[in-house]
Amino acid sequence: MKSLYSRRLFVNRFNLAMSMLAMAFGLVFLLWILYTLFAAGLHAFSVTLFTQMTPPPGSKGGLLNAIMGSLLMATMGTLIGTPVGIFAGIYLAEYGARGWLAPVTRFINDILLSAPSIVIGLFIYEIYVFQVGHFSAWAGSLALALIVIPVVVRTTENMLRLVPDSLREAAVALGTPQWKMILMVTLKAVRAGVITGVLLAIARISGETAPLLFTALNNQFWTTNPNAPMSNLPVVIFQFAMSPYSDWQELAWAGALLITLTVLVLNIVARLFFRQARAR
Amino acid sequence: MPKPRQRTSTQFQDALFRWFTRSFAFLVLAILLGIIVSLIYGSLPAMQKFGFGFLVSAEWNPVTENFGALVPIVGTLVTSLIALLVGVPVSFGIALFLTEMSPLWLKRPLGTAIELLAAIPSIIYGMWGLFVLAPLFADYLQPWLISTVGAVPLIGALFKGPPQGIGVLTAGFVLAIMVIPFIASVMRDVFEIVPPVLKESAYGIGCTTWEVVRNVVLPYTKAGVIGGIMLGLGRALGETMAVTFLIGNAHRLTPSILAPGNSIASALANEFTEAVGDVYTSALIELGLILFVITFVVLALAKLLLLQLARGEGRKT
Repeated sequence: MKSLYSRRLFVNRFNLAMSMLAMAFGLVFLLWILYTLFAAGLHAFSVTLFTQMTPPPGSKGGLLNAIMGSLLMATMGTLIGTPVGIFAGIYLAEYGARGWLAPVTRFINDILLSAPSIVIGLFIYEIYVFQVGHFSAWAGSLALALIVIPVVVRTTENMLRLVPDSLREAAVALGTPQWKMILMVTLKAVRAGVITGVLLAIARISGETAPLLFTALNNQFWTTNPNAPMSNLPVVIFQFAMSPYSDWQELAWAGALLITLTVLVLNIVARLFFRQARAR
Repeated sequence: MPKPRQRTSTQFQDALFRWFTRSFAFLVLAILLGIIVSLIYGSLPAMQKFGFGFLVSAEWNPVTENFGALVPIVGTLVTSLIALLVGVPVSFGIALFLTEMSPLWLKRPLGTAIELLAAIPSIIYGMWGLFVLAPLFADYLQPWLISTVGAVPLIGALFKGPPQGIGVLTAGFVLAIMVIPFIASVMRDVFEIVPPVLKESAYGIGCTTWEVVRNVVLPYTKAGVIGGIMLGLGRALGETMAVTFLIGNAHRLTPSILAPGNSIASALANEFTEAVGDVYTSALIELGLILFVITFVVLALAKLLLLQLARGEGRKT
């Protein structure tokens, strides 16, 4: 009898210790990656990063054109994707109680949320780049927009569903048309939550490389023409990190640090925003 | 009589708005349909040339324009399998720690830390793996694996060859770190829906924490746990940049997981912009189609399992 008890106790302690070890495993890699980024990236961090263009191999330079390209395409992608996501989210939450369309859309949207981003790049290549015959920042932005949409749909729907029906009924009882009720009352009530979703979507696309490879490609030079190939941080990092030139590799680390900091800050801001919205 | 007119105009506006939002829901469906149709259309030349032989041929020769998908398919499946073998137990441990053991004040910061692991872009994982992890693997882990497990008959064949650092094993390991946050957060969420009464009654008859998890929590959340694992698998299958950095991009079929290989996503990332000729491009697009179909099925199963759990929850309470 005693041996059974001690055995059970042992199994329990062993498995709980393993669980703590697993937790430590996850944290170790997070800290390790961040440490590597800071150690290698800070070394290459300087003002010239933001003032000079990407250099040819073997010389010093910066990442200005890549940073601007990334900002531009992320902005355009967000501007295209956000309204689509919000309106589709509104449909799912406000009109989705009956019919086949809402459950099917919800299902497909969740799949698109985790679908391989490289396939999105292929899709845009097929329907846009191949048709017009050249890579362009428009194509890159479209690919990023397709990644934004499912994220925004999901959060918008989830947030709208948290709105109590009594709020809707109160608005309708005052004679408000339904569309006005949705836009001015329910959507306004969950504004912070929707913004959280958009911030998370921006965080997601700022690091996306795969969909840009076949759409925006890369550009060694400064351009603001959205109809031409455009430089962007992820693809530059990919190209520079895989190269044998140490100058390029250093710039890649600096770019990697820049992207990671942006993404982590966006994530943390989104979380704080959301917590504040919940508290209210 | 202004009143009825006002009412009909309101009705009209409402109907208009309803249809307006409805069209965006259709747009989401159209995107999926568009992806499938465009990929099928793009891969028609390769389908006509190679037929079903494409799936089982290990040939990949851009010069003679003879292509087969076997090597990248195997590479994709093997790296994802390694990712799950490493990632699932760790994710389970993390979810267990967060739901059953963690002090309340640590729950949120630790959960956030694990979720931030998912926020790090995949290209960063790739760089870190290539410059930090791969050399360590080549110097320590792989020589050790070759000298110990490599000498065992049968499974030894998995651990043969020179310790190069980059290769299928390293890619799979980094994938494991990348899918942990996804699987762990689904597991944590489903563990938290277990009604406290069930757990308390098990504790009441003297169960240990582990026995409660093993006999109450896991059976109750089985569908959700498998759904979370499938979700992680879907992520691992389509992961591109990290694998491209680490897998070595060699179109060769070897039993050893230390050797370089190729995955569908990394073949696309490496070769697509440089592919010349219709057949080459089309073969790559067909690879993309295969990847999309596989991940679609896996993700759909994941979603169905999670829905099943959600429905069950509604019935029991």
